[in-house]
Amino acid sequence: MALSSISVLALIAFFIFEEGLPLMWKVGLQSFLLGDRWFPSKGSFGIFPMIVGSFWVTLGALVVGVPLGLACAIFLCELTSPKVGMVLRPMIQLLAAIPSVIYGFWGLIVLVPLIRNHLGGPGLSILAGSFVLGIMILPTIISISEDSLRALPRIYKEGALSLGATHWQTIWRVLLPAARSGIVASIILGMGRALGETMAMIMILGNAAQMPHSILNSARTLTTNIGIEMGYASGNHRAALFATGVVLFFIIMGLNSLALVISRKGRA
Amino acid sequence: MTPTRATLRILSLALCLSQILLPGCHRKQGGVSVVGSTSVQPFAEALAEEFMVGHSTEKIFIQGGGSTAGIQAVFTGAAQVGMSSRKLEENEKALIAVPIIYDAIAVIVHRTNFLDSLSMDQVREIYAGRITRWKEVGGTDRAITVVTREEGSGTRETFQNLVMGKKEEISLGALVQDSNGAIRQVVADDPNAIGFISLGLVNERVKALKLDGTEPTVENVRAHRYQIVRPFLFVFKAPPQGIAKEFLEYVLSPKGQKLLMQEGLVSMDQNLPSEARK
Repeated sequence: MALSSISVLALIAFFIFEEGLPLMWKVGLQSFLLGDRWFPSKGSFGIFPMIVGSFWVTLGALVVGVPLGLACAIFLCELTSPKVGMVLRPMIQLLAAIPSVIYGFWGLIVLVPLIRNHLGGPGLSILAGSFVLGIMILPTIISISEDSLRALPRIYKEGALSLGATHWQTIWRVLLPAARSGIVASIILGMGRALGETMAMIMILGNAAQMPHSILNSARTLTTNIGIEMGYASGNHRAALFATGVVLFFIIMGLNSLALVISRKGRA
Repeated sequence: MTPTRATLRILSLALCLSQILLPGCHRKQGGVSVVGSTSVQPFAEALAEEFMVGHSTEKIFIQGGGSTAGIQAVFTGAAQVGMSSRKLEENEKALIAVPIIYDAIAVIVHRTNFLDSLSMDQVREIYAGRITRWKEVGGTDRAITVVTREEGSGTRETFQNLVMGKKEEISLGALVQDSNGAIRQVVADDPNAIGFISLGLVNERVKALKLDGTEPTVENVRAHRYQIVRPFLFVFKAPPQGIAKEFLEYVLSPKGQKLLMQEGLVSMDQNLPSEARK
């Protein structure tokens, strides 16, 4: 069974690399990754604006999701009775079960007009994308952070409290640092999820293929670039989209490996 | 590995393969897939529904994806009929294209936009990104939100050819939406937006501008006064047979044409009276 799942992953990776790498060679690695004009019909394949777009949207998602998620994890683990936890935890899991197109729809109908009317710009923006993505990665961050907090030996907490620390001091100075590796792993996994989100982002980012200069600008991410153009791309254009997939593959593999290394280090 | 495990592996492999092969078998049995332009799609769906009422044993499956995707699907045989909202390019001329009706492209703005009319030059400059504020064309001092379709769209292709011209490109800063309906939604919500959609889809939520003084109406299109017009095509690899042929004949029949004209599309057949919009 394990062999078959690894082989599926290997097959997918092989396929993407086979389709995408020749184009990266042809266009030149530097002009592909750093070029800032994406004009497939004219033969321009620079994906730098998309890399920047992905970066900003993901960063924004972390700014929204990490403080909120950590606070929630601490709340669930340390600050409430188990009964409240029994109600809240399934609701948080439900957040993960909502299809991303529903998130995108909500963002389009509720969030985008709010941003446009009160903050300016077209509303379809990095800000909208970050906010929605931040909510989407909450279940990941909350459940993994909470697990790492729960996994800590009780003597940490009991020792700190018996030495005279307040409950909050215990949480902030003893428990969180001790659970650091698990929390960092949850953040990195949330980051991977945010990087891979496509459907909701196509609906609320605006998809302008240009370098964003502010969070109120529209942008395109690596994933939405593929999503929008895959239906009709052919020849070099199609290969360029696969090449974008190669870049995404490396980024996400890198992040996941980082998450693994960090979480293992903590356990030692 | 014990024999039982080997058997299990073979069985699961067989199960996987059957899932891949069997659906393909089913598709060969009947039904026509019609794939392509998101502009043609809603009208094709209406036509298919009417057609299937009269021919209850036959199935027609309509799918979007854009004109270019539809044409490619016909090339590869993935679909029997392609829908296109633009003329075929040189390298697509091997396919058979049948115009089923004509459609104008309207440039739309928000209901509350003060402007009623723009010149073609102004629209071109706005889309090229050189005019960036409504003040420059006689409106208020707000930044213009330019909205366009994705590159494979037939609507965009027609707009590019007939409004932008050969040398101009639509600005990279324009927002990209993947269907006429999505553009209409953005323009209906954003007071600073400008977009282009099929004339048949203009409703009371947006305002269609006059171009060079000519209003985009069915009469003006038939009289060749409004010129931003494109044919809706059904594309085939070979002369259509069977259900595909019957569907095409239905679409071209007076009944089919009447249905399309009621939706705001334009028949260039001067013998047919232009229908009032619904």
